[in-house]
Amino acid sequence: MNIFVLLKRTFDTEEKITIENGSINEDGAEFIINPYDEYAVEEAIQVRDEHDGEVTVVTVGGEDAEKQLRTALAMGADKAVLINVEDDLEIRDQYTTAKIIAEYLKDKEPDLIIAGNVAIDNGTGQVGPRVADLLGIPYITTITDLKIDDNHVSVIRDVEGDEEKIEATLPLLVTAQQGLNEPRYPSLPGIMKAKKKPLEELELDDLDIDEEDVEAKTKTIEVYLPPKREAGKILEGDLKDQVQELVSLLHKDAKVV
Amino acid sequence: MGRKVLVLAEVKDGNLRNVSYEAIAAAKTVSEGGEVVGVLLGESVRNLAEGLIHCGADRVVVVENDKISNYSSDGFSQAFLAVVNEEDPEAIIFGHTSLGKDLSPKIASKLDAGLISDVIDVEIAGENVVFTRPIYSGKAFEKKIVTDGIIFATVRPNNFVPLDKDESRSGDVSTLEVEIKDLRTIIKEVVRKTSEGVDLSEAKVVVAGGRGVKSADGFKPLQELADVLGGAVGASRGACDAGFCDYSLQIGQTGKVVTPDLYIACGISGAIQHLAGMSNSKVIVAINKDPEANIFKVADYGIVGDLFEVVPLLTEEFKKLKVNA
Repeated sequence: MNIFVLLKRTFDTEEKITIENGSINEDGAEFIINPYDEYAVEEAIQVRDEHDGEVTVVTVGGEDAEKQLRTALAMGADKAVLINVEDDLEIRDQYTTAKIIAEYLKDKEPDLIIAGNVAIDNGTGQVGPRVADLLGIPYITTITDLKIDDNHVSVIRDVEGDEEKIEATLPLLVTAQQGLNEPRYPSLPGIMKAKKKPLEELELDDLDIDEEDVEAKTKTIEVYLPPKREAGKILEGDLKDQVQELVSLLHKDAKVV
Repeated sequence: MGRKVLVLAEVKDGNLRNVSYEAIAAAKTVSEGGEVVGVLLGESVRNLAEGLIHCGADRVVVVENDKISNYSSDGFSQAFLAVVNEEDPEAIIFGHTSLGKDLSPKIASKLDAGLISDVIDVEIAGENVVFTRPIYSGKAFEKKIVTDGIIFATVRPNNFVPLDKDESRSGDVSTLEVEIKDLRTIIKEVVRKTSEGVDLSEAKVVVAGGRGVKSADGFKPLQELADVLGGAVGASRGACDAGFCDYSLQIGQTGKVVTPDLYIACGISGAIQHLAGMSNSKVIVAINKDPEANIFKVADYGIVGDLFEVVPLLTEEFKKLKVNA
């Protein structure tokens, strides 16, 4: 089976966000594999171990993303591909990213493509479904279970807390929801092996892509931080009195009840 | 003058979801005086068209077909694109719901268009329609515009105020026949795990529990409070990881991001990842035994105490409020 994983490098969840010169400040920030993409890597490895095949992890980004690709290789992926657009594209949106990935995948005959259902930085969840549509294959988002039997697939999909049991056939793209699996930590032997696994770097030229073909359709014109919440009021006194005061404040002052 | 805007209405359990009205409100702004056209897709949904018109749609296009009695990306995309083809809109608005998130990228891809997801505000600035959306789970915000092609956005539930319902409003309700075929994903079963009650991402009031809840049973007093307030129950990752509740309740950076009017955090310490999921709530109340808990830094009101004492007292007090109201 040809299994591909779409991966994104994102800020660590602990990071405080600051803005400098109108954009998000990356200095000194820790980066990780987007947590939802970790589920994707883990699932791909499990599928490969059960059904035979090869797991290739693909990312669109800059040189820094190599680190996250190596982590995926250390987890157990077989190959990694960095589509390095740093020098070619100043502005990218989900339209751009999806077109590039689809162009890369179109002659690879993927059987299964797994992506995280959403990236925790931009939070759009668009790329997976867009790539599937561009490749002309079906997709199922936010899955919490995946079973493959020959080329029959059955998944459980999380729909705002309810579950749908869905069937489809390969080739298929799925996006991972929390609860799909528990991603393994890379082992020391895994990390050592990862250094020797193939990590291919491609640029737009290698994919015969013109910047105009993938030009972004949207643009960010401003980035800002939310207003700081003012310090609140810790109530005092007898517990019963505090509760009465709180209800009164919520009803009369804040008017949310 | 103005833009023609298509709004995909959403149906759940035979009713229009609130986000449909909110999307119409957003569409009104985007249309700048143009036509707002509601789109209803399903098996027998025509009776709901009126509701859309009462809340601001100028007219409604209905596509009824047994192949779209349940949602599938293949079925709904064929139906919706047929309407787009027929109507040739300048803009499209969906709700940023499970269905909206699943369908909108496919529609955008088919239309070779951009898509601005999960917006919480829209304004007109000169020639531009400017959308505001959260990034980094609400730790920051960005304003975005479409630079080429159709304007397409999804709106986060509970952020746009629906127009006042006006039952005297009338508008044309038309039907479009669409052939729908080759559905490649088939739903075999739907398991309802959530209560019939309020949807967490649409709730105006959320009562959330953290590790301090100590067990699955510990959520019972929180559910009672939520019921009295007409709200939903949520949880921190800690509570979910500890097995006190299902992950579908998780609020946080890797869970749901909610923006209710009132968020009551019970036994939640307030880790940065949890705050990312609720810090844009209108009013935050924190109940925690530990006066140093981080949650108190973002709370508007705090009670230092045992949630198992405080929450039942709150429930009683709110019941009294309702009786006296």
